[in-house]
Amino acid sequence: MNTTILKQHTSAADQPPAGNEIICAIDNVSKTYTGGSVALDAVSLDIRKGEILALLGPNGAGKTTLISIICGIVNASGGKVTVGGYDVVDNYRQSRGLIGLVPQEVNLEPFETVNNTVTFSRGLFGKPRNPGTIEQVLRKLSLWDKRDSQIVTLSGGMKRRVLIAKALSHEPRVLFLDEPTAGVDVELRKDMWETVRALQADGVTIILTTHYIEEAEAIADRIGVIDKGRLMLVEDKATLMQRLGTKQIRIELQDPLGRIPDALSKYELEIATSGNALIYTYDPTGGRTGITSLFSDLKSAGLVLCDVQTHESSLEEIFVNLIKGEA
Amino acid sequence: MNFHAIKAIYLFEMSRTFRTLLQSVVSPVLSTALYFVVFGAAIGSRFADVEGVSYGTFIVPGLIMLTVLTQSVSNASFGIYFPRFIGTIQEILSAPISSIEIVVGYVGAAATKSFAIGIIILLTATLFVPLRIDHPVWMLGFLVLTCVSFSLFGFIIGIWAKNFEQLQLVPLLVITPLVFLGGSFYSINMLPPLWQNITLFNPVVYLISGFRWSFFSQGDVAVGLSLAMITLFLAICLGTIMWIFKTGYRIRN
Ligand SMILES: Nc1ncnc2c1ncn2[C@@H]1O[C@H](COP(=O)(O)OP(=O)(O)OP(=O)(O)O)[C@@H](O)[C@H]1O
Ligand SMILES: [Mg+2]
Repeated sequence: MNTTILKQHTSAADQPPAGNEIICAIDNVSKTYTGGSVALDAVSLDIRKGEILALLGPNGAGKTTLISIICGIVNASGGKVTVGGYDVVDNYRQSRGLIGLVPQEVNLEPFETVNNTVTFSRGLFGKPRNPGTIEQVLRKLSLWDKRDSQIVTLSGGMKRRVLIAKALSHEPRVLFLDEPTAGVDVELRKDMWETVRALQADGVTIILTTHYIEEAEAIADRIGVIDKGRLMLVEDKATLMQRLGTKQIRIELQDPLGRIPDALSKYELEIATSGNALIYTYDPTGGRTGITSLFSDLKSAGLVLCDVQTHESSLEEIFVNLIKGEA
Repeated sequence: MNFHAIKAIYLFEMSRTFRTLLQSVVSPVLSTALYFVVFGAAIGSRFADVEGVSYGTFIVPGLIMLTVLTQSVSNASFGIYFPRFIGTIQEILSAPISSIEIVVGYVGAAATKSFAIGIIILLTATLFVPLRIDHPVWMLGFLVLTCVSFSLFGFIIGIWAKNFEQLQLVPLLVITPLVFLGGSFYSINMLPPLWQNITLFNPVVYLISGFRWSFFSQGDVAVGLSLAMITLFLAICLGTIMWIFKTGYRIRN
């Protein structure tokens, strides 16, 4: 994998203000399309320099709209976005110069060649012609053999790679991938993830959207969940996975309980909303689960059990609950 | 100024022209050649001279204008409508470039193409009729101004159009009649007085008159007025384009 092509920029205009670890700050951004459909509702999110952030959300959640606002394709109805410290409206030249976008839709000039299309993107983003860079990008995406082919003659997966090549042609510091793996086979998907990781290793910040939890899980450092224009959650994947790793035991009691007896305080139990059940959360991977001692302590506290259920939460479930909770 | 971006847009558009060389250059040249054969050689020889110039020669400036105007409008409107239609406009909108740079790239390419066609037709004309150009610098100046201002106009049409039908409507319903009635084939002095006055509302009259003056030192209106009118038209188009980009009209949601 080639690492030279995405070196830090050297010109002063491209250099984000020093010591700023937030590469992209989204502050209270809203969008109502003409016609009244609310696509984003006061979204705030700080994207960290060098991370891979996955935005997860169902169809119509507002993922593309958010990206489009950051990239300057859609005007926000309210709020403020900065990229590398530059406001995306007032300092659009500097902010957009840092960004590469791989759009969701495959929009390409059908009769142009791969090489011309990618070269065009580099120029459009203000970079001097550099056939060497274009060659490296095309090779990296296995498009070099197709450089003189017209876009129409390419398969769907190749077209998607052309979109990525276009976005990489001008050496962006922040890369947005809007559903990069939609309609892409397993092998190419793995290739793409590898490319994404290599870019991250070169210091590029990556934001990708997806419908697939496994994809977010496989590649992201942080996961954000968007639904109906609201950002429901943003969390480190590790934290989410920890939640994923925990198990719960629900202990149904014969008689409702007002408060947890002091003798049981070390178990950090919760009383279920119904009042006559206790919930015990534990880490099954941690060796000692404390279940045996809990049950004996329950008995000594004089509580009468009628049922016990175990429960394991998955990321999928967290996701579904978040979205259902809003319905 | 992002010169790399202007160059990229310009070259990308020109490459489209070269890809479709036959339809972009050969067909307008061929149809104008047919005009020369029919009006210049065949019928024209039966016509009296107009203002001391043989009819075949007289129609040359008008014919060039006819083609240059329609070509400018259709090239520029298609040039910006097509990216809107296939969605590649999004990349343009997300690039670190100003609206002025976008316009310079697209309009520059469209104007270059119609200018080239104008020159080719001029050269073709010399094969059919004797031609003299009294003021070559003015002639080139008028040609460039016309190519630029009508390419700007075409750019506006390309942004306004919601479908291919609308895209073709304006050249067909507006430009062609205005050019035909603008004195391509006659001097407006040949019209009855009432029509002479009505014709003065047609902006194309000033263009053709000025352009013809640069060939034969005579026009329907003063050359200064021609120049003023075309500059005014240019200014109106520029103003409209500034407004379009400021409001995001039909390009940015
Ligand atoms: N140009 C537009 N005009 C009007 N409404 C729009 C426009 N674009 C998007 N919307 C609406 O805004 C909302 C968010 O759309 P958006 O494309 O951002 O969703 P998304 O999360 O990207 O969905 P998907 O996963 O399907 O790509 C939807 O309700 C959509 O109908
Ligand atoms: Mg989307």
